[in-house]
Amino acid sequence: MRFLLYLLAGLAGGILGGMGMGGGTVLIPILTMFCGVPQHLAQSVNLLSFLPMAAVSLRVHAGNGLLDTKNILWMIVPATLLSALGGILVQGVAAGTLRVGFGAFLCLLSVYQFYTGIRAAAQERKGKGGG
Amino acid sequence: MKGTKGKLSLGAAGCAAGAVNGIFGGGGGMIVVPLLTSVGQKPPLVAHATAILVILPVSLASAIVYLVGGWFDAELFVAVSIGVVLGGAAGAKLLGSITPAAATVAFAAVMFAAGVRMMF
Repeated sequence: MRFLLYLLAGLAGGILGGMGMGGGTVLIPILTMFCGVPQHLAQSVNLLSFLPMAAVSLRVHAGNGLLDTKNILWMIVPATLLSALGGILVQGVAAGTLRVGFGAFLCLLSVYQFYTGIRAAAQERKGKGGG
Repeated sequence: MKGTKGKLSLGAAGCAAGAVNGIFGGGGGMIVVPLLTSVGQKPPLVAHATAILVILPVSLASAIVYLVGGWFDAELFVAVSIGVVLGGAAGAKLLGSITPAAATVAFAAVMFAAGVRMMF
């Protein structure tokens, strides 16, 4: 039963992520709010479950010629270092504190999503030629 | 992208995306995509695809840190991974990488509510 609940949470997070909305950030609140998973564990499982998903989609994207690797090492190397440091930093942080921080992060991201959504809506309207 | 300045911007962007990914266990991709289109000057579809490649080693590194910290549950991992891979494939087929504006706005509202709920 618990397995099924986790599976459904993964499905919901995966569908939204695959549609380009929120990515992994969706899965974490679903797991903590509806499945009672502790904050750190939810973050850990989100990182882990992203790996097989990324491997599958990268094969598809590479086949479609959508990968542009020019200069991306400049991004990957510092990002990898900082992510390990960030992970180490929060290991000692209390679950409640991390949850509050995550909530704030989620609010910031949603404001950005509002902005992209509204901008896209404006473009859709323009595309219809004022009709 | 213009020479050294562009590379330094990408490096700074990488620092921000990496830190967020490690601290919050995700969300790095949400930062990488707009930066690849603006600083990296890549088209949207390419930016979405390339962002996954950027975030893969980044997530692997922080995942290892969480594992060493003892945050692992086999049942949770297996169940969620199956769901995410199946759901991800379905979601990608459903809409491609361009999501209708109305869906994005509605979804942003739900995310905002979840964020507030987690803060208080």
